[in-house]
Amino acid sequence: MSALSDRPVDPAVGLPVPHESAILHATGRAIFTDDLASRTAGVLTAWPVQSTHAHARVSVLRTDGALGVPGVVRVLTADDVPGINDSGIKHDEPLFPTEVMFYGQALCWVLAESTEAARLGADAVQVEYEVLTSVVTLSEAITAESFQGETRTVRRGDADAALAGAARVFEGESEVGGQEHFYLETQAALAQVEDDGRVFVQCSTQHPSETQAIVAHVLGLSSNAVTVQCLRMGGAFGGKEMQPHGFAAVAALGALLTGRPVRLRLTRTQDLTLTGKRHPFHASWRVGFSEDGLLLGLKATLTADGGWSLDLSEPVLSRALCHIDNAYWIPAIEARGRIVKTNKTSQTAFRGFGGPQGMFMIEDILGRCAPLLGIDPAELRRKNFYAPGQLTPYGQPVRHAERLGAIWTQLVHSSALARRTEEARAFNAASPHLKRALALTPVKFGISFNFTAFNQAGALVHVYKDGSVLINHGGTEMGQGLHTKMLQVASTALGVPLSAVRLAPTRTDKVPNTSATAASSSSDLNGGAIKNACDQILARMADVAGRMLGAHSQDVRFTRGRVSALGLGAGQDIGFAEVAGEAYLQRVQLWAAGFYRTEGLYWDQKAMQGEPFKYFAYGAAATEVEVDGFTGAYRVRRVDIVHDVGDSLSPIIDIGQVEGGFVQGAGWLTLEDLRWDAGDGPGRGRLLTQSASTYKLPSLSEMPDEFNVTLFERATEDGAIYGSKAVGEPPVMLALSVREALRQAVAGFGPAGHSVELASPATPEAVFWALTAARAAVEAEAPTQGTSGAERAPALTDT
Amino acid sequence: MDDPSVNYESSVTYESSVTVNGQRRPLAGVRAHATALEWLRENGLSGSKEGCAEGECGACAVLVGQADGSGGTAWAAVNACLIPAWALDGQELVTAEGLGTPAALHPVQAGLAAAGGSQCGYCTPGFACSMAAEFYRRDRQPGGDLSDDAPCGERGPNGFDLHALAGNLCRCTGYRPIRDAAYALGAPQAGDELAARRDLPPPRPAATVLEAPDGKFVRPRTLAEAVGLLAENPTAVLIAGSTDWGVEVNLRGRRSPLVLAIDAIGELRTLEFGDRFIQIGAAVPLSEVESALAGRVPLLGDMIPQFASRLIRNRATFGGNLGTGSPIGDSPPALLALDAVVVLASTVGEREVELSDYFTGYRRSVRRPDEILRAIRIPLPLAGTTAFHKIAKRRFDDISSVAVAFAIDVDDGLVTRARIGLGGVAATPLRARATEQALEGQPWAAPAVRRAAAALGDEGTPLDDHRASAAYRKAMLVQAMLKFYTEATGEALS
Repeated sequence: MSALSDRPVDPAVGLPVPHESAILHATGRAIFTDDLASRTAGVLTAWPVQSTHAHARVSVLRTDGALGVPGVVRVLTADDVPGINDSGIKHDEPLFPTEVMFYGQALCWVLAESTEAARLGADAVQVEYEVLTSVVTLSEAITAESFQGETRTVRRGDADAALAGAARVFEGESEVGGQEHFYLETQAALAQVEDDGRVFVQCSTQHPSETQAIVAHVLGLSSNAVTVQCLRMGGAFGGKEMQPHGFAAVAALGALLTGRPVRLRLTRTQDLTLTGKRHPFHASWRVGFSEDGLLLGLKATLTADGGWSLDLSEPVLSRALCHIDNAYWIPAIEARGRIVKTNKTSQTAFRGFGGPQGMFMIEDILGRCAPLLGIDPAELRRKNFYAPGQLTPYGQPVRHAERLGAIWTQLVHSSALARRTEEARAFNAASPHLKRALALTPVKFGISFNFTAFNQAGALVHVYKDGSVLINHGGTEMGQGLHTKMLQVASTALGVPLSAVRLAPTRTDKVPNTSATAASSSSDLNGGAIKNACDQILARMADVAGRMLGAHSQDVRFTRGRVSALGLGAGQDIGFAEVAGEAYLQRVQLWAAGFYRTEGLYWDQKAMQGEPFKYFAYGAAATEVEVDGFTGAYRVRRVDIVHDVGDSLSPIIDIGQVEGGFVQGAGWLTLEDLRWDAGDGPGRGRLLTQSASTYKLPSLSEMPDEFNVTLFERATEDGAIYGSKAVGEPPVMLALSVREALRQAVAGFGPAGHSVELASPATPEAVFWALTAARAAVEAEAPTQGTSGAERAPALTDT
Repeated sequence: MDDPSVNYESSVTYESSVTVNGQRRPLAGVRAHATALEWLRENGLSGSKEGCAEGECGACAVLVGQADGSGGTAWAAVNACLIPAWALDGQELVTAEGLGTPAALHPVQAGLAAAGGSQCGYCTPGFACSMAAEFYRRDRQPGGDLSDDAPCGERGPNGFDLHALAGNLCRCTGYRPIRDAAYALGAPQAGDELAARRDLPPPRPAATVLEAPDGKFVRPRTLAEAVGLLAENPTAVLIAGSTDWGVEVNLRGRRSPLVLAIDAIGELRTLEFGDRFIQIGAAVPLSEVESALAGRVPLLGDMIPQFASRLIRNRATFGGNLGTGSPIGDSPPALLALDAVVVLASTVGEREVELSDYFTGYRRSVRRPDEILRAIRIPLPLAGTTAFHKIAKRRFDDISSVAVAFAIDVDDGLVTRARIGLGGVAATPLRARATEQALEGQPWAAPAVRRAAAALGDEGTPLDDHRASAAYRKAMLVQAMLKFYTEATGEALS
């Protein structure tokens, strides 16, 4: 059989095909989990009773009022749980809590004949609280030393000595906010009990196997009594990796206790107030450069706001620490990480999984230090790129490091950087109120789950005797195009047309013990498993075809649904279906289970050393913005991206991931602003931005006016399926170029050498305050001091 | 089942129905407070999705046949999540399922699918409907002057106005393929049934009287009936476009004994251009106001495109915006700067109130519970120089942190009259009277403008909230004055 990365003649991989469900999407025919409810007879609706305190003990929970509401059937409480009352895997997330840990936490669930009755029933549940002191903000938590989980440190060399010997040393603090996933489809589950007591849960989940495990332990059942199916998700972005489990368990518990199907679909406000988000991070840092701008040493402490429970905070922190280098060689480093516990939603996986926060820190550092070093920011970044042969701080060789420079050079040309920088300069000179700037930032992102065991996958491939193919694999479809790619992989591996292959929804009774569809790696993993299954089937079919064609089985070739052999003339080939039919008659197995494990991974979590990643995905973005000096409002004029997806499995899908990831990252960095009530009033701990009218996503107006995405060519990744690379997460971090372009445009309002501090998200208001500080620096006329009055401006330290 | 909200015997005697995708569907048994989206989904039309339930995301967008002003039908895209199902009684609706099928795709569906315009697909049916509305817009002119929007690129070579999609959010694609699909659309082909349907008038919304367990829903056809009902039921909730009603019902669980729909009342749907004033019916949707005014009131021409999204503007009205009386509504500042007068009607007759005397407190006004806001009058002549400055995080479809509307007359270098309306800086929309005084009688020049800017910064009592800090709001008042002057005169000022 061929190597994993080799492509046969005429492969279906690499073809620009639209999403496999695109036509169903556009015609409204695609079914999402809650669409099943109106197709299910006798379904009950579940509705939560949510806490009105951030931290409290529930002293009284009276449900009889709810039962008096017409249509209410039952109220689910902790007393109803036959198994373990916990929705997580660390046993720190009670499903029905007695101690409230955040404002809005679900205390119990009302089941009713209609949504209206369920809502009214929930209103009629009486709760009394004994209020406890709460910790809401990250800084309150640091002061209160409210920590959870392990602290971790990535270390290489002697950072203190490097800083002591550096010509230029700067220090500062950086802070980046969280982000709401805002998948358009909120969390949803529909549970039914089968005749023999097995529980069938349809759920919008990225992690069906874990949803299954948690439903099973809540119900006190073994895993073979619970099946979880995910048709498709209306977006997930990490928000449906851990968060769906408890909701699925509530629906399943309701179904078990009432014997009726139970649907649970959160309203937008319930979803915003109940589920975890991207972790906010704080960092304090000291960095040392040589006189000509080479990074010499970095000491940093990163603090992640984990919310009320651990969830995935530890692996998120690990990935942040593993990406604080981004694309840069830092000879000596000590990056310490810790997690605070706050009375907020439990922060969780979100596209990039800590990587964005880690890379934010180093890009913030470089963006702030470049003016103080007197070096153009793009040049400062380029000169610090990894060179081939160098290792990351955690000890992994940076394979293909030369791609950073190649991508950068290509981008400098394709974005016409020199000409446009000059044009922006001329524009700014003539424009007192509008300033433009272009910024380039790179991305290097490690692919694989840090936790080695997760890097495995299974698949089930059936060839029917009419030659049609049905595939099933452990990955879930959330819009990222995984199923499209898997259809292309199966079509390529079996040598049949794409139209001959269909895909069945993800179910735990087809492929067991799956990993979450996460870490960008599901094409790598499930693609490997599907190819493995196809290869098994094809080897058996080649024997049959060899006998039919009078050729050696090793000389048989499968291409576009035709089967031929080396040396046979034209017209002597036979159809794939003919071979399948003959194989059946000869009692040859036409289906196979495939398996894949990523080879060569090793990770010591305690020491934070090893080779956790199969490879790195590279990319770079050039962004031009224009800032209005009156208001701080801005627009993104043009974005150019060159991104490395290896040899693309599916170019429309990959470009879609790059563009969508970029805009989502830009939303995080510029627009999306989670606000919590940190005051001492009765609303303390309440999420203030709990609806679409107060939490603003990028709309069409935030899309770049001109948006050019190029996939890096001749980029075969020899360790991955058909030479491709993962694409889901890395492009999010390309959006750091938007923030850096804003910083540089703001600098246009200030004196030369002014270091711009920009809050994150860089909302128009944040940009306005930054440019007000820049203007004040002009008036202060003290360019050598560079003090802007901002609290956290990097201070030049004498060495 | 003892839950009355699921099903009940309707007291409606005539057959109320909505034509959905060409098929009549009875409304009997539907609650008074059920939204069109809930009703569609409960009836198996699950293509329309709920993403936010407050008219922000557009996943629920559907097409409604509305009067196009010249005897035909315009397909208007609206948020199904905000409309009572009963408000569609007698009307025609098209959902994504009705636009096309997998075997016979509608051009917008084929374009979206081929361009990579869907990833997760949850928002896609709504986008398809918003795109289809623009596809069928009669005055969409291919070719057009592309430079008028430069460099924004908000109008395609096929005349597609990107603002048609301003009320649709996509979390996956980054929008580029959606924009490409929109800009590649051609004109409707011969045989396109929805295009042909435009030549016939839309059905008239039915006069509806519903009594359901969760309340009554009544849609009278005359003002006399409406004020009569209101006099008897002063707690009734008045709706026209129902864009605020939907939010209250969905997010805050508001239920009322009587929902009184005044959208079909002729007296509230007229636009009159007189010598002394322009009168705009309180229940005319803003999209219709915009096209009927055709630029005749430049300040409203500035404001209306910044008011929410087209999905909302196809339903929202001045009457609703003033009736709600929110301090962050976008129309009050503009109407205050225009010296607008509101006409209030009741069983005892009509009265006129200056808009500047209308607001009395947070979401409170001088309107009595028995009165209906019938019309808005804008006195003529209009001020010579006007502008609308909306400060928000997002350019499309956002809520103002601060809104400032300017209307000034300059004669021989002197400001002879100044009207400035403000939103987002107090419990009510307000006039910036001190600033107006600081400008009037002064030269229209930098020193006076700077003094006025300082005065403007002291107007109102801005608050800190999740949209903006008080300090930013105050700074934006100052900056708005400076920017207004700079843009009006071309003179640099900071």
